[in-house]
Amino acid sequence: MEETAFTPLSGLAGGVLIGAASAGLLLASGRIAGISGILGRSFFPAAGDLAWRLAFLLGLPLGAWLTGALAPATRALAITSSLPRLVAGGLLVGIGTQIANGCTSGHGICGLARGSRRSLVATLVFMLTAAATTFVARHVLAAS
Amino acid sequence: MQALVALLCGLVFGSGLALSGMTNPAKVLGFLDVAGRWDPTLAFVMAAALAVAAPGFALARRRARPWLGESFAIPTRRDVDAPLAIGAALFGIGWGLVGLCPGPALADLARGSPPVFVFVAAMAAGVALQRAATVRRQP
Repeated sequence: MEETAFTPLSGLAGGVLIGAASAGLLLASGRIAGISGILGRSFFPAAGDLAWRLAFLLGLPLGAWLTGALAPATRALAITSSLPRLVAGGLLVGIGTQIANGCTSGHGICGLARGSRRSLVATLVFMLTAAATTFVARHVLAAS
Repeated sequence: MQALVALLCGLVFGSGLALSGMTNPAKVLGFLDVAGRWDPTLAFVMAAALAVAAPGFALARRRARPWLGESFAIPTRRDVDAPLAIGAALFGIGWGLVGLCPGPALADLARGSPPVFVFVAAMAAGVALQRAATVRRQP
């Protein structure tokens, strides 16, 4: 496992950008910036509802690439998961977010920002299960 | 115009994810691993995002329509049901296994890393499967 340092200032600055993008999409287009929702309804989309979704999704790696070009330290990417774990994790994230109608952005930011009770419950559940999974993976299964 | 706004918002969102360090799964797992050397950064990212988003959402609530669109597409459901909790739990397990959630996973496509491609392919397959099942039930 790789340990990381606490970086409150860049965390706050990045959070401001994430919040501004979420508020901006809602105020300008009336849309919720929930990544799993935008991705999910890109499959079998309603008529005329696909272009903005793909544009938003394309913007994510574009923004990360641009930020990486300006500040190389933000390119840090440490993935230690095995191939089976990557596949299992991806499938669970894909299926789970569609069943729950949201992920860290849709429930954790947009939902909480508008005071949704559903989003509060979802956020508590995925935070707790993620922490429990990490605990088991790091301290129980890999305790050797 | 809608697509251009969405591209810009996605770009700012992706920049925020990268700047905050949330595109690095090691940092996310460092937050989730409360029994290890805890890295509280993710909480600061969420707090700042909420502090900026909440006034924006409050402003939207007072408007009849968005600046460029016809209407607001804001979820109206208020019931807490089993699928919400089950889906969130499945998502949490997957998130805790790898340290990637949908936004950072897609943003990390910019890094050209094979493990990210594997994760995103599996995630997209999961999304498509579940979406197909939903569409079939309520066309």
